[in-house]
Amino acid sequence: MSELLLLSGVFVFVLLVGRYWIRRIPPLLHTPLMSMTNAVSGITVVGAILLFASPMHGANQLLAAVAAVAGAFNLIGGLVVTSRMLATFRNSRQGEPDTQPPHRENDGPAPRQEGSA
Amino acid sequence: MECLGLLSNTPLQVIAEWSLILVLLAGIRWFREPRAARRSNLAIGIGLVVGVVLVTWQAGLTRYPIVALALVVGTALGVVVSQKVNMLGIPSLIALQNGTGGLAAAVVSLIEMAGPSTQPTPLGSLPAIVALTVGTVTFSGSLVACGRLSGILAAKPTRRRGHYPLLSSVLTIGVVTMVVGILAPSAASGLVLACAGMGAGILASIRVGGADMPVLISALNTTSGLAGAFTGIVMHSNLLIACGAAVASSGFVLTAAMCRAMNRRMLAVLIGHMPGTAKDHGSEPVEQGPSQPAALSREQVLSRAAATLRQAQRIIIVPGYGMALAQAQSEVANLARRLESMGHEVTFAIHPVAGRMPGHMYVLLAEAGVDYSKMLDIDSVNDHFRTADVAFVVGACDVVNPAATGKEGTPISGMPILMAHQAKTVIVCNLDMRPGYSGVENPLYTMANTLLLLGDAKATVEALRNLFSETSEVV
Repeated sequence: MSELLLLSGVFVFVLLVGRYWIRRIPPLLHTPLMSMTNAVSGITVVGAILLFASPMHGANQLLAAVAAVAGAFNLIGGLVVTSRMLATFRNSRQGEPDTQPPHRENDGPAPRQEGSA
Repeated sequence: MECLGLLSNTPLQVIAEWSLILVLLAGIRWFREPRAARRSNLAIGIGLVVGVVLVTWQAGLTRYPIVALALVVGTALGVVVSQKVNMLGIPSLIALQNGTGGLAAAVVSLIEMAGPSTQPTPLGSLPAIVALTVGTVTFSGSLVACGRLSGILAAKPTRRRGHYPLLSSVLTIGVVTMVVGILAPSAASGLVLACAGMGAGILASIRVGGADMPVLISALNTTSGLAGAFTGIVMHSNLLIACGAAVASSGFVLTAAMCRAMNRRMLAVLIGHMPGTAKDHGSEPVEQGPSQPAALSREQVLSRAAATLRQAQRIIIVPGYGMALAQAQSEVANLARRLESMGHEVTFAIHPVAGRMPGHMYVLLAEAGVDYSKMLDIDSVNDHFRTADVAFVVGACDVVNPAATGKEGTPISGMPILMAHQAKTVIVCNLDMRPGYSGVENPLYTMANTLLLLGDAKATVEALRNLFSETSEVV
């Protein structure tokens, strides 16, 4: 019971903390964010590796190996894609204070009033 | 052997695990600006790899060559494929990688469920069932998304008759199998559930297409995180749970943001429901009238556009998915640079759902060499259109469609749009005047102050830029 509490606690904690910070990430970085979190979900490769800690018969071993390949592909591939994308972002005015307007909470566009043209 | 997961075996392991979780959280916290984001990506990457190595070593698995082989193969594939794919293929690659994450989670859970449970979880086989289901749905759904983004599948969503009954039967089979699996876990029920999950993933994903892809991709990102988190519960690994939760959280925030930006409900988009007939309550007032006599030749329209640009002080460029399709982003960037060197003020207005992924336009333009300080999101830029001399629309339709604020009952009703029509002159470089994905006619095309440069955007923009090289003063 206490283990269940701990496990769900970790889940909820990270969910909330993550949400709070992720909402402050500017749309500029949405695609790298997506591929970075994509890479993070590749940590399931650990799950595949841990399967080998107990004896498994052949078919299962093969399956687990497939899962490990898939997970590693996800993890490393995602990191490389993110790094490639982020490397293309440049600002020739680097070194100056941030020229982007201060970013609000990532709530999506402000609702438009009717007839506000 | 008591080392499943990294759950509190020794104080050292607990510290190691939580340090990695902290690195993950810190990486997210500082992912706000490109330079810091690069460091975050590196830190998280190192952290995760260290985690993998630690787990492998600590569980004594280094003696299994198959583990090392699998990791090496996966890593090599990941590096090679990610390096080789060109920027146009990035969205489909991201979808594919998302799918492999779901696959890994599903397979791990299936094996755990089928075999004698090496370490039972507090909830029996429930976490494994959830992980298996969500993982397979993610896997097949992502493959469909990948297919659509890479052009293997047509861009339009696939909706056939009998789709709903088919989906309902698959879901019923799935739910029944889930219950069976919870009560009496076995390899058989796991396999049936996996098949049901794959079917559901395909059927659900295939109904979404075109401009709704950003929502689908974000939703799949969320489910891959959930699958990972539940696999973490199965394997008693806080690290897995934390990572899964972070990913699910990120995916959910993005999905919600995309839906808000289209003013459509999440469930409606994912089911593939398009609002019905359009009721016309009068569009956002735009002056209609012949903008250019049909007698004008293409050269004449081009030179008119060039003259307008030359006289403009403030120019706002509005890129859309059409620009990506035409592969015109380099030409657009070149034109922007040319105009800037001539003393004009040039910025880019990026709508949140322009493109096929959240933030798609930003990475396209960044790769073409545009400074990111010039890329403004909708809230930053929308008030500028009123004082802009030229709104330069490239391959965008629905995101600048004034009908969105007027007509009700259309797919884009109430969608926040970029107010390009408020600029003094609007230059449109689209392929044709056909409506965008929503099917709603765009009054912007027939406005009095609109110049239409129809055809291949790449060729058009390049021709425009050349006009500046020939006749402008030496800079």
